[in-house]
Amino acid sequence: MELVYIILYAVITLAVLLGAVTYAILFERKVIGYMQLRPGPNRHGPWGMLQTVADVMKLLMKEDIIPKNADKKVFILAPIIAFVPSFAIFASISWSDNIYGADLNIGLLYFIGISSITTLGVLMGGWSSNNKYSLLGAIRGVAQVISYEIPLVLSVLGVVILVGSLNFRDIVYYQESIGMWLIIPQFLAFVVYMISAIAELNRSPFDLPEAESELVSGYHTEYSGFRFAFFMLAEYVYAYAIAALATTLFLGGWLGPAFLPGIVWFFLKMSVIVFFWFWLRATLPRARVDNLMRFGWKVLIPLALLNIVITSIIKVWMG
Amino acid sequence: MDLGVYSDYIYIVVFILLGVALPVGALTFGRLLRPNNPYDRKLSTYESGIDPVGDAQVRYHVAYYLVALEFVIFDIETVFLYPWALALGELGWVGLNGGLIFIAILALGLAYSWKKKVLQWN
Repeated sequence: MELVYIILYAVITLAVLLGAVTYAILFERKVIGYMQLRPGPNRHGPWGMLQTVADVMKLLMKEDIIPKNADKKVFILAPIIAFVPSFAIFASISWSDNIYGADLNIGLLYFIGISSITTLGVLMGGWSSNNKYSLLGAIRGVAQVISYEIPLVLSVLGVVILVGSLNFRDIVYYQESIGMWLIIPQFLAFVVYMISAIAELNRSPFDLPEAESELVSGYHTEYSGFRFAFFMLAEYVYAYAIAALATTLFLGGWLGPAFLPGIVWFFLKMSVIVFFWFWLRATLPRARVDNLMRFGWKVLIPLALLNIVITSIIKVWMG
Repeated sequence: MDLGVYSDYIYIVVFILLGVALPVGALTFGRLLRPNNPYDRKLSTYESGIDPVGDAQVRYHVAYYLVALEFVIFDIETVFLYPWALALGELGWVGLNGGLIFIAILALGLAYSWKKKVLQWN
């Protein structure tokens, strides 16, 4: 019986995620459109509502091309390796007080551990394509993602020190008990987290791995049709995962005034973060690769370490 | 069926299986819809429309290896810091001192590689 419930939970999560990604893509294009004083997609359905659906149908009907120089097995495996971890993350997310999946003691560690595997899919895709653009995009991407993973993981440590637990639900209950969101005591960590999250997601202004003006489209240059779609899907699902983590750790998870159910608050907070990324994309030009790497190692990591030192001293001081 | 203590981990297994099933299912289903007409030109490697020159496994900058090495060091550091951060409430001042010394050594290491221009990207 329980197994049926778990399978149902996973299927519903997947369906909601796919729907959310579909409309996130439309929303992104609309937001950027309006910010640039143009309407964005508006042909398919009212307000362009069916644009992404049409895009997915198109991708589904595209020929599946595997270049003859590609390492076929790795080439086929790469989009799956990229997608599965980003989806598996959602097993551990707590949507509200009573809607949650796996209630892991090591929730945060699970999240960080499994999300790193996505990088492997990127590297496999770029390497196996046997294409110069793909390879350069992939190693650039991997260098960027692993460099920014360290400030990301270190910034989250501040929350762990304060709460003393890696369980997502404990973290939210802690914020309920102290009566404020952790963004206030952990503001430095939040800033470091948000900046490294953008680099981790390869989103603009840190979208160097797919800088189309120099690398065609980066590691997925040789991918077409639905294999390409799964790389894109992985990217958006991972974006939601990172937003969900930020919501849980810094923005009080499902906490909010009682006139809306907790899960709605959770989605609203997530949407605000996702909107923030779209906004950045429409506003900022792409960073240069040497600046990007320097910023990660010389600014964000020292800041994250500083945050750990301050937080731990305060924690022990206060008892 | 009661899954007991394992039920949390069953979630993860189910999510991973479903995550594999979606791409496999979609690509299999797509086979019914998509055309399949491969020929030599189409299957050649894309290089802006001209025939690919030389091998694709180009040599890249040594800085990538250095970043990878730095990453391993700091990643392991993080692994050590997590249990410390969890237990800090009980460890008190003694634990705090130990952790701070550990972080200070790492900060020194970071300063050293900074000085040695490992973090310089050109």
